[in-house]
Amino acid sequence: MSFINYSSREINCKIVYYGPGLCGKTTNLQYIYNKTNPEAKGKMISLATETERTLFFDFLPLSLGEIRGFKTRFHLYTVPGQVFYDASRKLILKGVDGVVFVADSQIERMEANLESMENLRTNLAEQGYDLDKIPFVIQYNKRDLPNAAGVDELKRLLNPRSVPDFEASATVGNGVFDTLKAIAKLVLTELKKGG
Amino acid sequence: MADQQMVMYEEEFRQIAAICERLTREANAKAVLLVDKNGQYITSNGETNDLDTTSLASLAAGTNAATNGLAKLIGEKDFPNNFLEGEKYNLHFSIVAQRAILVVMFDQRSSLGLVRLRVKRASEELANIFGAMLQKAQSQAQGAPFGEITDDDIDNLFSE
Repeated sequence: MSFINYSSREINCKIVYYGPGLCGKTTNLQYIYNKTNPEAKGKMISLATETERTLFFDFLPLSLGEIRGFKTRFHLYTVPGQVFYDASRKLILKGVDGVVFVADSQIERMEANLESMENLRTNLAEQGYDLDKIPFVIQYNKRDLPNAAGVDELKRLLNPRSVPDFEASATVGNGVFDTLKAIAKLVLTELKKGG
Repeated sequence: MADQQMVMYEEEFRQIAAICERLTREANAKAVLLVDKNGQYITSNGETNDLDTTSLASLAAGTNAATNGLAKLIGEKDFPNNFLEGEKYNLHFSIVAQRAILVVMFDQRSSLGLVRLRVKRASEELANIFGAMLQKAQSQAQGAPFGEITDDDIDNLFSE
């Protein structure tokens, strides 16, 4: 849940990037980190294995500016995508304000996308959240690869509720900030409602 | 929603800061940090100029979450106090009111026994404040002051 501090006039929110292994969650954060002004970001932390697979989480604190005199800070987290790290994924979802599902557009990763989406729904439910009720956006990543499935098919399988969705190529940055802006807006709108 | 939103008001913040200041002094600590269990930094005291408190808050919450995961695996409810011993510095973590983590960083000027003793009293006092704070948040208008923000306010954040 967001944390409102009247004393320091800050509002802090937590956004989690979810998705199957190697879909580009960490790449999204790395791109955001590289393209953000130094004064607007903190240190990026990656708890990864020696082969640079996420072991626990990546963490990137971002400042977006002020709303009505309150500084808005977003804490971006990724989860480890590999199936056997499920215990870690559950922990990272605690206190989440918004979720970005990063789908791997490659046709051969469709099963992995569906499995991860179902895993997200289950793990959120365990924490008392309903995926259909929290701020949620989907990113179809790796659109630049030749074996990418059609967007229509990805939408049909992964986005039956038509939540905001974006095509992306995170390695070169396409769609990365569009996705971030969309989820940040949804989180702030939820806050406005008193969520 | 799963947890209740944490709202920190001026009065409680001052009380919390005063307890952290006293704990730093009485425990001979290098620094004391209070962080939300979800990884949000609340406040700190002591020699924190060289510390990346935002990262520390996030990692403390991650450590706590992992430790509690381990507890559940072996049939424990949780491990409310944890101690990490280093060559120069040590870290002591304790859970406050199921909502926050009190982190004490200390060196050879202090000892684990002293830190534990001082943390116990500070934790109890902090728990009372957190209890009062949650009640206050429940009785206040939901979402204020954000109930008044407009879509334009949100859009303006993202104008290049």
